[in-house]
Amino acid sequence: MTTTPPTPAATAVPLPAPHDNRCPFSPPPAYTEAARTSSVSRAELPDGSPCWLVTGYPEVRTVLSDRRFSADARHPAFPLFTPERRELFAENPSFIRLDDPEHARLRRMVTGDFLVKRVEAMRPGIQEIVDETLDRMTDGATEADLVGSFALPVPSLVICLLLGVPYEDREMFQSLSRTLLNTFAGVGEISRANDELLDYLGGLAAHKKEHPAEDILSRLAARDDLTLREIAATGILLLVAGHETTANMIGLSTVLLLDRPEQKAKLADPAALPGAVEELLRHTTIVHTGLPRVAVEDVELDGTLIRAGEGVFAMLSTANRDELMFGGEDRLPADDVDLDRDARRHLAFGFGVHQCLGQPLARAELQIALGTLFHRLPGLRLAVPHSELVFRPDSVVYGLKSLPVAW
Amino acid sequence: MQVSVDRDRCCSSGLCALNAPEIFDQDEQDGRVMLRQTVFRPGQFADIRLAGELCPCGAITVTEGVSPADGTADAQAGTGS
Repeated sequence: MTTTPPTPAATAVPLPAPHDNRCPFSPPPAYTEAARTSSVSRAELPDGSPCWLVTGYPEVRTVLSDRRFSADARHPAFPLFTPERRELFAENPSFIRLDDPEHARLRRMVTGDFLVKRVEAMRPGIQEIVDETLDRMTDGATEADLVGSFALPVPSLVICLLLGVPYEDREMFQSLSRTLLNTFAGVGEISRANDELLDYLGGLAAHKKEHPAEDILSRLAARDDLTLREIAATGILLLVAGHETTANMIGLSTVLLLDRPEQKAKLADPAALPGAVEELLRHTTIVHTGLPRVAVEDVELDGTLIRAGEGVFAMLSTANRDELMFGGEDRLPADDVDLDRDARRHLAFGFGVHQCLGQPLARAELQIALGTLFHRLPGLRLAVPHSELVFRPDSVVYGLKSLPVAW
Repeated sequence: MQVSVDRDRCCSSGLCALNAPEIFDQDEQDGRVMLRQTVFRPGQFADIRLAGELCPCGAITVTEGVSPADGTADAQAGTGS
């Protein structure tokens, strides 16, 4: 192997970089190549402004946990693919785009709903939803689009129940969520989608203030230290993050396992499910675009000086393929799926104070959904050639547009 | 081994309660970390170290070799050194 000295100024990595259609499960090659040369590389946003690409495992952890990097999108130098969206964040920021103490105040109002113990108690209910969804999918049929009939309905039903959002409204909120997550949607389109969801959730919260039920929106609406706008912004975050992420993990994981029968066979042991899901989370890392931050003080990162006011993208996907962290003599390479790997140190849920608050729920949903799917449909197979699968590279949350399967 | 938790830093990821449930619990209200034990058996050390390593907000501090359970440093703790 030859080593090339880093030439940071020469080639800035274009963000967001395209995927290689031949390797749809791998991070875009531009990120992987940058990671091979250096943990910190120069990059360029679509409008030509410079920022940093952080690809190494320890460095990604530092960016996401060190308070010298801010998640506040109202900062004029916060890196955005479409800078026109800054105004949107300024008007109604959800806590994912705020720093502490504002972030902690809002986040702690909902963290109690996702306690490990509370999610454990939800397992029978999630199992019931998974069973019923599979019943509907397989009733009189031998083929289906797994995304539309299983992967998307399961987490949508669960988050609707938790939040208190009527599932009948799913077409509306699923379509608006896709717009919000689309990297290339115009600012007008994004703004309309955001306003529509804010009005919808604000309206639901106002109704629940008068007619409370056993759900998160009702509980938030009963507080006197939150505005309806704040409740709606938190509602959007939980609703979007609650169904889009798990849905895409189910779809992608299914293809990965169908491609690897020897790995899929390991799911027959229920005790192997939790570890298997950690490995699928690591390998898949659906947030392929990385997590944006802005330095608010000068920081030296692996020998590179990042100055206050410079933007940074922390690339979870390359960090999670770090051979030193996840490889090993008796393991398949980190670029492959190995369900026997100890993948618990993965960063698929992020790191630092913004790490996914719904992760216990995501784990339970994935364990139950994938375990039940392969148990009930042992003959599950792709209904189209691999090359015809349609991915969604234009989304912040990577995934499949549809997944034709037969059984 | 000694473990301390900083509830101000805690962001309720629940990773400690998931990976070392004998040692860590979560506050019912906001999910923040709570210690269930203060003395640990050597058999629990690996889980505790993992919980410290995985904690996304540095709320768990693990200090090796200072509890009566592993019978080493505490004998010297009172010597004023």
